[in-house]
Amino acid sequence: MILLIKLFVTFFKIGLFSFGGGYGMLSVIQGEVVTRYLWLTMSEFTDIVAISQMTPGPIGINSATYVGYTAMNNAYGSLLLAVLGSLAASIAVMLPTLILMLIISRYLMKYSKSAGVNAVFRMLRPAVVGLIASAALLLMNVENFGSFTDEPLRLFVSVMITVVAFIAMRRKVSPILILLLSGIFGAVFYSFV
Amino acid sequence: MTDVSLIKLFSIFSKIGLFTIGGGYAMIPLIERDVVERNGWVVKDEFLDLLAVAQSAPGVFAVNIAIFIGYKLRGVRGAVAASVGSALPSVVCILLIALFFHSFRHYEIVENIFRGLRPAVVALIAAPVFSVARSARITRTTVLVPVLSALLIVAFGVSPIYIILCAGVAGLLYGKMKRRV
Repeated sequence: MILLIKLFVTFFKIGLFSFGGGYGMLSVIQGEVVTRYLWLTMSEFTDIVAISQMTPGPIGINSATYVGYTAMNNAYGSLLLAVLGSLAASIAVMLPTLILMLIISRYLMKYSKSAGVNAVFRMLRPAVVGLIASAALLLMNVENFGSFTDEPLRLFVSVMITVVAFIAMRRKVSPILILLLSGIFGAVFYSFV
Repeated sequence: MTDVSLIKLFSIFSKIGLFTIGGGYAMIPLIERDVVERNGWVVKDEFLDLLAVAQSAPGVFAVNIAIFIGYKLRGVRGAVAASVGSALPSVVCILLIALFFHSFRHYEIVENIFRGLRPAVVALIAAPVFSVARSARITRTTVLVPVLSALLIVAFGVSPIYIILCAGVAGLLYGKMKRRV
């Protein structure tokens, strides 16, 4: 059951080192799940982010559940083990803060305003900005957009979708709506091409 | 600690978790309505403080809020009840999706839908970079940190965890240096 332990430890690390909400977490998840352990391809990772935006729950829990399930399923093909994997990962990602809570709960409020913690965050926040940017950059690959030589039309359309979606996001259009429309567009457009 | 049953904590956060589509930040008004307004378990000021700490704490933002509120109301067991409650709807949902996804994945229409979705996701992630940068008060001098971090990760495959660790330590050291002056 080494995989189960690896899943647990990895998502515990993810829960421990993710700052800046869901977006900050994406980069850490990418680094571990895709780059390091290859449990998902970059494309599959993109898919779960899309799904997570349209389903209940934060990306942290959704990706833990999905990766835990998928990794165990791919390795053992057993439904029971796959569910076990998803539970292990989901619990693991929540544990660090729970433990943190136990240890410093009394001092939590005071602690969070201390000079030391503030200093840490002043460097951490810019770093998280870099992390989020890197997450987006890493998703700009052939699998997600299409290859220049083999699928030039898809590449062009994909870039257009990204630009339009980006503008829509800046105009505060709901991400769910953006995804819904993009999905429908994809379904319709690629059926005729 | 108040007289809130663990079951009630669990069910309230389950409901909130079920109705929060997308990100944890959407939970905030729902939690505020149930915890602050309807039941008065937490005062608004303290709620805002909890939000701030939940944002700074590592991990899943939505779960963090549940942990803090649950802990405040019923200690450790409250924290567990609230966090498990908030996570359960999404775990069930994703498991169902994962179970059926494998069967649907290879239909052409599903493929096409995701071909449309994937580039949009990139935009969804890229868009907040600028607003987060603004709230992190990035200036022309401090922009080196995010640029360097992104470069290390994308071009050199450095682990983001490593970046976070280094940034944290660097911040600590820098803070200590400043105070010594």
